[in-house]
Amino acid sequence: MPDATGLELIAQELRDRDAGTVVNTTYFREKAALEVAPAAINDVLEHLKGKGFSFLASVHGLDYYPEEPRLGVHYELLDMREVDRITVKLRVATDAPNVPSVTPAWPTANHQEREIYDMFGVVFDGHPDLRRILMPEDYEGFPQRRDFPIGGEPVLFTHNEPHMPGWWEQDDIEPR
Amino acid sequence: MTRELTYREIEASHTLAEIQDPEREELLTLNLGPHHPATHGVLRLITTLEGEVIRDVKPMIGYLHTGIEKTAEDKSYWKVIPVIERMDYLSYYFNAVAFCGSVETLLELEVPPRAQYLRVIHLELNRIASHMLWLATGALDLGAISVFWYGWRDRDSVLDLFEMSSGQRMHTRYIQVGGVAEDIPKGFERKCREFTAGFRERLDQYSTLIDQNQIVLQRLRGVAPLDEQTLLALGVTGPLLRATGNPWDLRKAHPYSSYDHFDFKIPVGTVGDNYDRYRVRMAELRESCNIIDQALDGLPEGPYITPNRKYALPPRHELATSMEALIHHFKLVTEGFRPPPGEAYYPIESPRGELGCFVRSDGSAKPARVHMRDPSFVNLQAFAPMVQDLYIADLIATLAMLDPILGGIDR
Repeated sequence: MPDATGLELIAQELRDRDAGTVVNTTYFREKAALEVAPAAINDVLEHLKGKGFSFLASVHGLDYYPEEPRLGVHYELLDMREVDRITVKLRVATDAPNVPSVTPAWPTANHQEREIYDMFGVVFDGHPDLRRILMPEDYEGFPQRRDFPIGGEPVLFTHNEPHMPGWWEQDDIEPR
Repeated sequence: MTRELTYREIEASHTLAEIQDPEREELLTLNLGPHHPATHGVLRLITTLEGEVIRDVKPMIGYLHTGIEKTAEDKSYWKVIPVIERMDYLSYYFNAVAFCGSVETLLELEVPPRAQYLRVIHLELNRIASHMLWLATGALDLGAISVFWYGWRDRDSVLDLFEMSSGQRMHTRYIQVGGVAEDIPKGFERKCREFTAGFRERLDQYSTLIDQNQIVLQRLRGVAPLDEQTLLALGVTGPLLRATGNPWDLRKAHPYSSYDHFDFKIPVGTVGDNYDRYRVRMAELRESCNIIDQALDGLPEGPYITPNRKYALPPRHELATSMEALIHHFKLVTEGFRPPPGEAYYPIESPRGELGCFVRSDGSAKPARVHMRDPSFVNLQAFAPMVQDLYIADLIATLAMLDPILGGIDR
């Protein structure tokens, strides 16, 4: 793992390239994390790839409700040679949840960005096929957000199928 | 963004492969699943065929989505373990270890050596059970019904061991934050050694039955190879990556739970085709037996769960005599513990690759976010490049050798 000093060195390198890139650095439980501006995410990941972090292990979505900006995306990078990990974080607000997609450079992010769009409503600009992945495609709302209620959703059975909005009614079949 | 479309229009909006020469070629879209015995769960594949040759595959997932990550946010930490075990329903010990490891990182909680060894024993037994189910169903997809019965037989003897140590055959809730739920009972060690000794013989039998089988060789050898760099770009880990010759295994690379105490090898393949994937998993089974035997040999004495009463329940007998134990018990059962605010990601090597659990704590007794980086979910992205331009019959064999678990994909 890059230690606290190593993290600051990486942050300084990124700041030298563009002063506004790094928002914050945290070192928690022996794990280094960089918080960066959303627009700079591709540059930051590219820079870290040059330093050996060439494997994108995971992308997580989070909701920091009630803190603002609410939505967060975490990129877990892995250096397979040095066995090093670093987290790159970014935060966006719910009214403008746009983040540049990293899928063109990191194909593994394809499913994971779709999942975060599906669950949190983060829009990844430049994603080749940004659509819902786990929830039904005509689903409304982003269920993993912290203010999304649990329960209260009617279950689709054959007997109530014609009365379910968004599913049956748009087609030519008349509700019975 | 898809609100204006009707359901039928959404279905039609998927971009599928295009034909180059409309005069001569004709494409057929074939829907496979979600209810299909060869998809190992409820996986739906929209395949575009030209004759019998696959030009494009789109995996459609989410039919098994049960919102476990959302449910976890509504439960105190120790009550999350049973639901999180049900994500990847074949590797429940792995899910629980990933989650507990993440919480232990947040708490900076030390796991006693005996608990670490007990975890390793059960993890490796679970790896055997998971791989045996893969072998059974995978061979069935190739038409080998006898291997199907043999595989289930051996998986069942592992489940007998789980039943002995925890009372449950599946979803055992054996792993706890800070250790394991119970010490192993008398006779478990003997049973376990009997199992590994017998299982090594079984592995030899499988080897003679399958390794040189002409049908297996023709169906698997040279089919669906994918090179190391493509797999790494797609984030693929586990036996699929090792089949290409890359010895990446978190048990060796970044040992957790005392894996560095054991002497074992990492089997790798050479070309990364389906046959290598098969052989790598079979060789892993033998290494798992070695790890179990070594862990039983070196099983340290001591507590099986952390003695820190703030995080682990006190033993039953203390409740009758100690007021303090009663208070701790009451606090843990009613409210649970409160980890300090922070975020932790804890990756382990599951039977299918890197299984990482991300937990964010906001300082309350319930996790603010639990996210499982499930290897099946990520590995599935490699499926389309693998089967492109293969015959449709090879799609089934390749899916079997990919070993996706839909419970883990959809969560």
